[in-house]
This record gives sequence, C-alpha cells and structure tokens, in this order.
Amino acid sequence: MTAELAIETHGLVKLFGRRAAVGGIDLVVPAGAVYGFLGPNGSGKTTTIRMLLGLATIGAGEAKVLGAEIPQHVSSVLPRVGALVEGPAFYPYLSGRANLLRLDSANRDARADTRGARVDRAIERVGLTHAAAKRVRGYSLGMKQRLGIAAALLSPRELLVLDEPTNGLDPQGTREVRSLVRSLAADGTTVFVSSHLLGEVEQLCSHVGVMSNGLLVAQGTLDTLRSLTRPRLRVETPDTGDATRVLARLGLLDVRIEAASLDAVTAEANGIATEDACAALVEAGVRVRGLRTEHGSLEDSFVALTGEGFDVAG
Amino acid sequence: MSPGKASGSLLVSELATMFRRRRTIALLVVLAAVPVLIAIAVKVSSSPAQPGHGPAFLDRVSQNGLFVAVTALVVSTPLFFPLAVGVVAGDSIAGEANLGTLRYLLIAPVGRVRLLVVKFVASCVFCVVAAFAMALAGAAIGAALFPVGRVTLLGGATVSPTAALGRSALVAVYVTISLIGVAAMGLFVSTLTEMPVGAMAAIVVLTIASQILDGIPQVGWLHPWLMSHEWLGFGDLMRSPISWNSMQRNSLLQLGYVAVFGALAYSRFTTKDVLS
Repeated sequence: MTAELAIETHGLVKLFGRRAAVGGIDLVVPAGAVYGFLGPNGSGKTTTIRMLLGLATIGAGEAKVLGAEIPQHVSSVLPRVGALVEGPAFYPYLSGRANLLRLDSANRDARADTRGARVDRAIERVGLTHAAAKRVRGYSLGMKQRLGIAAALLSPRELLVLDEPTNGLDPQGTREVRSLVRSLAADGTTVFVSSHLLGEVEQLCSHVGVMSNGLLVAQGTLDTLRSLTRPRLRVETPDTGDATRVLARLGLLDVRIEAASLDAVTAEANGIATEDACAALVEAGVRVRGLRTEHGSLEDSFVALTGEGFDVAG
Repeated sequence: MSPGKASGSLLVSELATMFRRRRTIALLVVLAAVPVLIAIAVKVSSSPAQPGHGPAFLDRVSQNGLFVAVTALVVSTPLFFPLAVGVVAGDSIAGEANLGTLRYLLIAPVGRVRLLVVKFVASCVFCVVAAFAMALAGAAIGAALFPVGRVTLLGGATVSPTAALGRSALVAVYVTISLIGVAAMGLFVSTLTEMPVGAMAAIVVLTIASQILDGIPQVGWLHPWLMSHEWLGFGDLMRSPISWNSMQRNSLLQLGYVAVFGALAYSRFTTKDVLS
C-alpha cells in the first residue's frame, strides 16, 4: 500500500494551555521526497513530529501518515516508520546492541528470528560495529546519535522521520548522515528531516516546509522556495555613485551600495538582463570590476519568511 | 509472529533489562541480607529472645532455624518490601520517560496497553523474586546457624522440617500477593510523572499512610479497604490445619487494588502526551 502523500495534515493544532505550539498547519509531503522541515528552535517542529507519531494527542485538525489516519491507525503505521525524535535516548547501563535488541522486541511487527541479524546490520550501517558491545554510558553524543539512526533503520521503512539528525555530529559524521539519507531516499524511502541548519537542508532536500511561531509559512519544492526571493545584480566598482544612478535609470529596483564592502552596488534585477546592465554601465564610464546576477539562497528566503535571526552555521 | 509471542519477547526483554540493572540486584541483595542480619543478631546475643518481645516468631529462631525466614518476612513487610517494590514499580513508566526511552518504545511501536501490561507483569515477577530471595536466604542462614528440627506451629501441633519449609514458601507467596497491590499502585503513580524518584517516594508515603490509618480505631470502617490491612495475616498459614481465610481476603483485596489502579493507569497512560 503506497499512498501518494507520505504525510498530509489539515489544520493541525496543538495547544499547551492557551498557547498554540502548532497553530493549524497543512503539511504536504509527497511519497519519495526528502522533505526539509525548517524553523528556528521553538517554532513547533518537534511538537508536530510528536503528533504525527502519536506521542502527543492532536489538538484539532487531522493528520495522515502513509495514507492512514493518526492517531487511530498509529499501531499499523508506525512499524513502517523509523524515527529519531528530539535527540537519541538509550538505557545507559545496556550496550548499544542490547538497546537496539530491546527496541526491536518492542515492535510487534518485528520478527524475532531475524532480530540479531537486523540489529547488527543497522549498527554496521551507521559505522558503530566496533562499539556495539560497549555500554551506551560510555558513548559520545555523536555515537548516540548514530545509534539512534540505527534504531530507525532496524526494519525496512517507508518513511523516516529524523528530528535534527546531525546534532552533535562532527563534520565527518554529518557527511555520513547526509550520504546515508541520500542512499535511503534513492531506495524510495520518504525522508522527513527537521533541522535548523539551512545548509544541511539545501544540500539534502527536494522539498521544504518552513515553520515560524507554530505556523507553516511556506512549503514547496526547494526551487520554488528559493525563487521566493528575487535575483539581484551585484556590480563591483569604485564608482558606486555613478553605478547607482545608471542602474536606477535602467529600471532596477532597490538599488543600494553594499554596506559590507562599500565598493559594490546591488539591485533587484527586475527582469533586466545582466549583459544589458553591463553595457549601460560601461557606456556611462563606470569602471566595472565584476558583475553578476545572484539567485536567492534558501537563507534569504528563510529570513524573508520568518524575519528571524537564524543559525546558519554548519 | 502472533501477538502473544511478540509480547513474550517484550516481557523477556523487560525482565532482562530489569535484572541486568545493578539497582535491582542491589535491592535483592539488601532484602536477602535481612534474614542474615536477624540470624546473626540472635546468634551472638547472650540473652535469648523472650516470647512476646520483638517481632513475631523471633523467640523461636534460636530453637529452630526454620523460623529465620518467616521472621524476616514479617519484619520486612511493613517497609522494606513496599520500598523495594516502590522503586521498581515507580520506575516502570517514569524511569523510561526520564531517560527518553519511552518515546522510542512508543514509536517502535510497543502499544501503550501492551507496555503497561508488560511493566506490571515485570513488577509482579520482581515481587515474587524479592519474597523468595528473602525466604531462601532465611532458610539457608537458619540451617547454617541453628538447629533444624520438627517445627511447633501456633496451635501446638508439630510438622516435619520439610513441611515447615513448605509453610515458609506459603508465607513468601502471601507476601508476594500483598505486594501486588503496591505494584499496581506504583504503576499508576509512575504514569503521572517523569521523575522516578517522585513516584517512588509517593508509593512509600501511600503505603505508610495506609498502615497508619490501619492503626487508628476511629476509622475502623475504612480498615477492611486498606491495602495493608491483611499484610500481616500470614499467622493463619502457621496453623494446623492451615486456615486460608486471610489468604483469601488478602487476595481479593489486592485484586481490587489491581483493578482500580490498573484502570486508573490505563486511562491515564493511553491519553497521556509523551513530551519527555
């Protein structure tokens, strides 16, 4: 049974007291997509994920995961979903392997006779084989994060929900998670990955949803979201005054001298071709050192949508 | 791959997790140490224990080692056993919530009712193991330090040492039954919080409150309903022939507590937002 949409919500609401942690969102996650669920900390991402997984009750609205209503069908849906929610959590006094064996025996649909083999394969897939017999107490945060991802991969899954999967990972680990997600997506698994790291989402995702203050302020393919900000022309020149006048005369909008460098002018291209702008500048005697049209980055779109300062590091 | 078989493997996993924990082992060691302490105390003291002084059956320990186990079970019923069961049952859900493993069990998915049932059964297994750990340690140390012979029962009749061992086992069963009410209450309290220590403390407070109320004649109407009311009724098992009245009353009472707190735990846990 494959639904066209892996996740679908209508007017999904979660209230904590009188505050709406999630204020009525309509998620659309196509099957097979790698969906980046973006938003600053506290914007309602994790609460949404908790509702989708049946951990928290739904305040209002409806949610479907893999085509089935949540929370009514949560027990038939969840065996097909692997998830990492708000950081990994394990029994510190058990080994990594024993932790996964326990989680797998909690899954009603998991076969006991293949349990050991599946656990070993999942551990191998995240590169933890050497530490599998060690108690989790001695694991670093990055190792726990890997073990958490291994737990999500214990059974073949149609949907992976990964909440901040690269938290605590070193650059090497981050790269490995990225390539793991890509290989899973290539096998047809839908991946729903929440993150506050734009770079990560931009490199990984085909679709993006942006949360801000409990609301989904934008959703679509990565390209659609990028195009929300208009392309800007950037001219490097010592003659910033002349350049500004020429560009304004040509009909470019929002012409300004770049504050950071003071020898560049930027303007919203407004449909003017780069080569035409170049010709006009040269004709007016502006000394052009460099000229290019820059397309909007996801970061620009994000800031435009949420108006929030955002952690773009990493 | 029937549900029953799958629940079996979860129970095995639960028990393995519980008994691999150092804390569980420490609790059992402490419980098993109670009869050892009693036996050594009686052995090294010069003045023999007087009938009517100290815990029930203590005066008979020096004459017959088989009484060590029963004395230990009597001494530990009001506080030690409820404390140990409170630690295990209070930790059952709250401990998982505190570690964060509860959310991963639920999305495994374990099924909330299934998890509650497995947690309760595991707590009951702990009750059995705890009572018998003490009874066995008592029998062993009693046989090592004191003479073992025919045992004089409460009515004056005597039974063989083997039969007396059987009576000790019956007392351990009686204690186990008494503790099952505590386990059910603990399970419910454990669904209320993410702080296992809070749950454990609440359970101990409630069992002590029950015993205090049981000692206040003015609330006599309440006594038959108190969880602890029949806890010390195992004297009936030391008569000849055995009187099963208190065993029956205690079983019904504990069953009532299991039903009430089981229902409360169910309604609480199946609707709970797991946000830990």
